[in-house]
Amino acid sequence: MLELAGVSRRLGNEDHIHDVSLQLERGSMNVLLGPTLSGKTSLMRLMAGLDRPTSGDILLDGVSVLGIPVQKRRVAMVYQQFINYPTLTIYENIASPLRVARLAAAEIDQKVRHAADLLRLTDFLHKRPAELSGGQQQRTAIARALVKQSQLVLLDEPLANLDYKLREELRQELPRIFAELGAILVYASTEPSEALLLGGNTATLHEGRVTQFGRTIDVFQRPVDLVTAQTFSDPPLNVARVSKHGAQLRLDQFVIPLSDAQAALPDGDYTLGLRPWHLALEPEQDQDKGDAAVPAGCALDGLVKVTEITGSETYVHAQVGAQSWVSLSHGVRHLDVGTALPLYFSPAKIYLFDNTGRLVLAPEQSWQK
Amino acid sequence: MAKITLNNIAHSYDGGANYALKPLSHAWHDGGAYALLGPSGCGKTTLLNVISGLLQPSEGQLFFDDVDVSALPTERRNIAQVFQFPVLYDTMTVAENLAFPLRNRRGTDKLAAADIQQRVQQAITLLGLEVLANRKARGLSADDKQKISLGRGLVRTDVNAILFDEPLTVIDPHLKWQLRTQLKQIHRQFGHTMIYVTHDQTEALTFADKVVVMLAGEVVQMGTPQELFDAPRHTFVGRFIGSPGMNILPCELQGAEAIIDGYAVALAREYPALAGVIELGIRPEFVRLAGTGGDTGAQSGEGLPVQIVGVEDVGRHRIARARLHSHTLDIIVPEHQPIPAQPRVVFDQSRICIYQNSQLVSWEDD
Repeated sequence: MLELAGVSRRLGNEDHIHDVSLQLERGSMNVLLGPTLSGKTSLMRLMAGLDRPTSGDILLDGVSVLGIPVQKRRVAMVYQQFINYPTLTIYENIASPLRVARLAAAEIDQKVRHAADLLRLTDFLHKRPAELSGGQQQRTAIARALVKQSQLVLLDEPLANLDYKLREELRQELPRIFAELGAILVYASTEPSEALLLGGNTATLHEGRVTQFGRTIDVFQRPVDLVTAQTFSDPPLNVARVSKHGAQLRLDQFVIPLSDAQAALPDGDYTLGLRPWHLALEPEQDQDKGDAAVPAGCALDGLVKVTEITGSETYVHAQVGAQSWVSLSHGVRHLDVGTALPLYFSPAKIYLFDNTGRLVLAPEQSWQK
Repeated sequence: MAKITLNNIAHSYDGGANYALKPLSHAWHDGGAYALLGPSGCGKTTLLNVISGLLQPSEGQLFFDDVDVSALPTERRNIAQVFQFPVLYDTMTVAENLAFPLRNRRGTDKLAAADIQQRVQQAITLLGLEVLANRKARGLSADDKQKISLGRGLVRTDVNAILFDEPLTVIDPHLKWQLRTQLKQIHRQFGHTMIYVTHDQTEALTFADKVVVMLAGEVVQMGTPQELFDAPRHTFVGRFIGSPGMNILPCELQGAEAIIDGYAVALAREYPALAGVIELGIRPEFVRLAGTGGDTGAQSGEGLPVQIVGVEDVGRHRIARARLHSHTLDIIVPEHQPIPAQPRVVFDQSRICIYQNSQLVSWEDD
């Protein structure tokens, strides 16, 4: 297990990493999710031993690794820009860490061929990096990380420079490829959808702090605060200031009826959050299949700003009061700009955050039970 | 703005041994928003460079309206370009950067200072750059710089076309959303002819009226996002568009049924005997999970039996990866639907596409 205990890194007066504590298990996939400059790479450099924390400790299986030089740490890192030795063949590129470790030729050969097989590079072993596509070059860099038999594998946005479809493919393969290694896998990403597809655990980062760490789907469904919910949302979370009075929420002039459980929250001001796919262009047809305590859906008046059609789905960006909201629905809809449009949602689907941004209410996830 | 006509445009980097761009003839509407979409090496950037004049095609002519611009250098084509990485003057303010392409014009094209001022102001408002207007470009974030780059393309209302080369690739997801919708609003307002190169299908589909899907130097399909989704003309388009892409399953045809590994799937119409490789295409969105167990309450024996080998929860729905005999199949499972213990799959008959040697078998001939 890799443990970060109260790790901070300051440069001058700036906190690059602030009081991060994480426990990463062997054989687990851990996503660091956050926008550019949120601290993902800084955190990885600390884990790798490339930088030293200003305070706090980093332990591997209970032993501090701060005194151990990088070369002795059995860490592999894969960067966004694929890095290979241009003059070496793919075979030699993959073999290079094994040659440095002075392994026997037969053992090197066996390991290289196994990694090449997993990463579907067998047919290219005799070629040089420049003869390969970007995806194949990145697979070479990943194969090299794999043969090192590292305890810790750090992948810093490894698929960011690849084509969309290649990314989809490799993203599905990576967890499987590294699973057999039993290493601690850390994967930095800016994309919420990528974190969801990778599964495992996710740590959300915001301005050098880890705001939440847990099972990826749990962090997504029950973000501890508004910042985490917004970091882990693509398309963006719809948010609005609301005030609660008894069994009602007021959003501008609109009234949202609450269930008994929701109404039990103290009265006052909250921030409401709603996922775009829970904001519909039609009222929900089938109310009786839901929870009987859930009041009927409610509608907001929107004005169409722009519609985006992906072929199977439509994103409608609408002005609701002073806010811009996004609705994602199935099917294709052509709506003129400026069209008045009622937007429907079920109060059972809302998130509520208190004035400090803490989550106080999340939608039920019925199918998971 | 101009209509853009490609007349047998082709390009080879090696004197005709290989074609990066195979002969291509298209007419693109004045004021249209086009996206060139495809994997790396498909020729989309080559085509963009031909249109911008960065590259002289080895064959064919290019027209802006009725003017043959094939031999004109970039600066005489009157186009605006936005690149993947922002290109700005660090020592100028944001407003000066935006004004630069307008100030730079001579002779009859020269703009009055008041006009420049007005257009710059408009771009600043559209892109929400008010607070940055008087700051130097140096020291701004990469996201802000790219916003300004976009703005520089957009201030010029008189250009023949605006060309975008992967402009949002380096932008964080949240801002990507904002910029994409702004681009779309700006397009609606000014009606520029826009050509947008990307490998990201979401960007292409949401931005463009028409998406040009390219593979190995050829256009495999040009259509609206809906056309590409509903009736991909080639299995490549089926797989490339959609996330996950279309399921493509080898089959045999017997009248109004497709036989997949011995299982019959009813089709919406009868097909004639077809030679070559026959495949059935069905999008994950149109595969329904049925079957018994796992408290679905379902009783039916409809559909084909499958094994679920993995389930990925992507938030708004789940993607089930299933094995159907020797084939794999992706299924989109709605948010609240349980996964049955003995799963079967049912294909939405009206959404099935049949492919002969990778080409869609068209319905139009009956």
